[in-house]
Amino acid sequence: MQTIDLATQPLRELNSTLQAQSAQTNATAWEVLNPRGAHAIAVGLDAPIDVTVRGVTGYYCAGMNKQAHIHVTGSVGPGVAENMMSGTVIIDGDASQYAGATGRGGLLVIKGNASSRCGISMKGIDIVVHGNVGHMSAFMAQAGNLVVCGDAGDALGDSIYEARLFVRGSVKSLGADCVEKEMRPEHLEILRDLLERAGADARPEDFRRYGSARKLYNFDVDNAAAY
Amino acid sequence: MNDHDTRIPRTVPIQSATFSNPINAEIRRAAATGIYDIRGGGAKRKVPHFDDLLFLGASISRYPLEGYREKCDTRVTLGTRFAKKPIELDIPVTIAGMSFGALSAQAKEALGRGASAAGTSTTTGDGGMTPEERGHSSKLVYQYLPSRYGMNPDDLRRADAIEIVVGQGAKPGGGGMLLGQKISDRVAEMRTLPKGIDQRSACRHPDWTGPDDLEIKILELREITGWQVPIYVKVGGTRPYYDTALAVKAGADVVVLDGMQGGTAATQDVFIEHVGLPTLACIRPAVRALQDLGMHREVQLVVSGGIRTGADVAKALALGADAVAIGTAALIALGDNDPKWESEYQKLGTTTGAYDDWHEGRDPAGITTQDPELAARLDPVEAGRRLSNYLKVMTLEAQTIARACGHNHLHNLEPEDLCALTMEAAAMAQVPLAGTDWYPGKPGTGY
Repeated sequence: MQTIDLATQPLRELNSTLQAQSAQTNATAWEVLNPRGAHAIAVGLDAPIDVTVRGVTGYYCAGMNKQAHIHVTGSVGPGVAENMMSGTVIIDGDASQYAGATGRGGLLVIKGNASSRCGISMKGIDIVVHGNVGHMSAFMAQAGNLVVCGDAGDALGDSIYEARLFVRGSVKSLGADCVEKEMRPEHLEILRDLLERAGADARPEDFRRYGSARKLYNFDVDNAAAY
Repeated sequence: MNDHDTRIPRTVPIQSATFSNPINAEIRRAAATGIYDIRGGGAKRKVPHFDDLLFLGASISRYPLEGYREKCDTRVTLGTRFAKKPIELDIPVTIAGMSFGALSAQAKEALGRGASAAGTSTTTGDGGMTPEERGHSSKLVYQYLPSRYGMNPDDLRRADAIEIVVGQGAKPGGGGMLLGQKISDRVAEMRTLPKGIDQRSACRHPDWTGPDDLEIKILELREITGWQVPIYVKVGGTRPYYDTALAVKAGADVVVLDGMQGGTAATQDVFIEHVGLPTLACIRPAVRALQDLGMHREVQLVVSGGIRTGADVAKALALGADAVAIGTAALIALGDNDPKWESEYQKLGTTTGAYDDWHEGRDPAGITTQDPELAARLDPVEAGRRLSNYLKVMTLEAQTIARACGHNHLHNLEPEDLCALTMEAAAMAQVPLAGTDWYPGKPGTGY
């Protein structure tokens, strides 16, 4: 395993080293020590490498990740795995606001809770939160799956497009144009796969599904209050 | 039967200035439809502008440069603060961000061709980077917008600069809009949206709020792109002093400041006409912010919104900008609102010069459309040549003025070269009213 210690090595060196790895690299396992809440750790990676960050990170950890498997043993600040393209990001602790924002692919797993706006504008990413999510989660969510094993806060899925939301616990309120939908067999299958990949001890049958009512897709004066 | 006694003079019908015909028509339209008016373009109302300024040519106190023999440089470098590879442009006129989606692929290609031929940059928009524009743009600025449509790290690294869009002059504080008529298969795929829906872009970025967050966002983008390319921050003209200062504090290499005449593909008319500052009013406060921070010329200022001629370019630079950006003017150079389409404009209920229903996707000129037949009307090669010609003319005009003022570089133009024709312009540009040495708010004058 290769080790980079942020107590002695600058952030630029960390990211440039990890970004320089190719699909053919033999250095497939990396460890980052002493993150100490630093921002932009392990961003822009594009190789199938394993990176373990031992500690707590600041903003945008694993931002725009492609291919890499990134594991943070602590909690993360805002915007973890923002705009992720592929790969896997696993957070052992909690995540601050905007987790997985605009993500296009890959799997983000948060084993603790996620704060507000989890999955905002998500565009294809799969997010599994073992705990709860805060208000306005999945705001304007376009595609992908958000799985919440705990409870969801206010205005879940406000102005949602085609993303699928699965919540096991309570939903404090649904946002504009977000409705509960029928859980069909294909959804249970999607959910089962995501829960398994995320290591979540939960039964798909205990979840409810939410998505877009598609009433705000084209302007209608009778819906003006929802705009 | 007319029972009026013709020997008695009648009161002439008087139209109300408050309830004018256009206002009344809008009231009737709103009453009939229940939706606000949406259109493209920038503010159409008359506001103080560069036309209200004049240059003071050289005479005895200054001597001019010989127009055809003495050099007047036009080059500009953007992004010298942090980027390893600043953008080097031959001319200080750039092409503003306009999206594929709002514009046809042919139009985007033409913008790239024209800008490249003239030695300047073009800019993506709210819809991602297309191969057409990357392939035909020697210098391409990649917009990083709240919607993040089409955003991916590969395109980010393919860009020559990144422009974080906080706002734009046509709608500061508002998000984007692309109505269903223009969400074609390709546009829908690039934006990860269902075809045919009315697409709404957020007005705030999804993963940061405020200047402290912006600083961290800029750090992330620099780390992903290896600190190679400049990072611009674009704001709509509302509080230019503070916005410029905060953008600099956040680490911007370049500040792009867009006044209310700056265009949009589609926004509510009430937003376009009633929110924001005229471009003329934005420049001096922004320059003062840079000067107060010791960053004038270190962080470059690009001004946009209603730039049409070389005179406008020269005036913006004289007030302290490093470069300008054009959008609407570039579209007109490509062929937008060309009189040759008048019969088709008539069918759409409008006329040449007034066509602004860019959101409907029925542009006879094939520019603001996704209709394949209409888009095919625009030849990207010919349209690109027209844009290149226009950019070169603007540059020649600006050089002509700069030489007449005795300057061997466009950046040597200064406020002292200008006077104002109106009190309003004098106050906004902070240059003397013509024939005086005074302007409203001049320090030490008590007014």
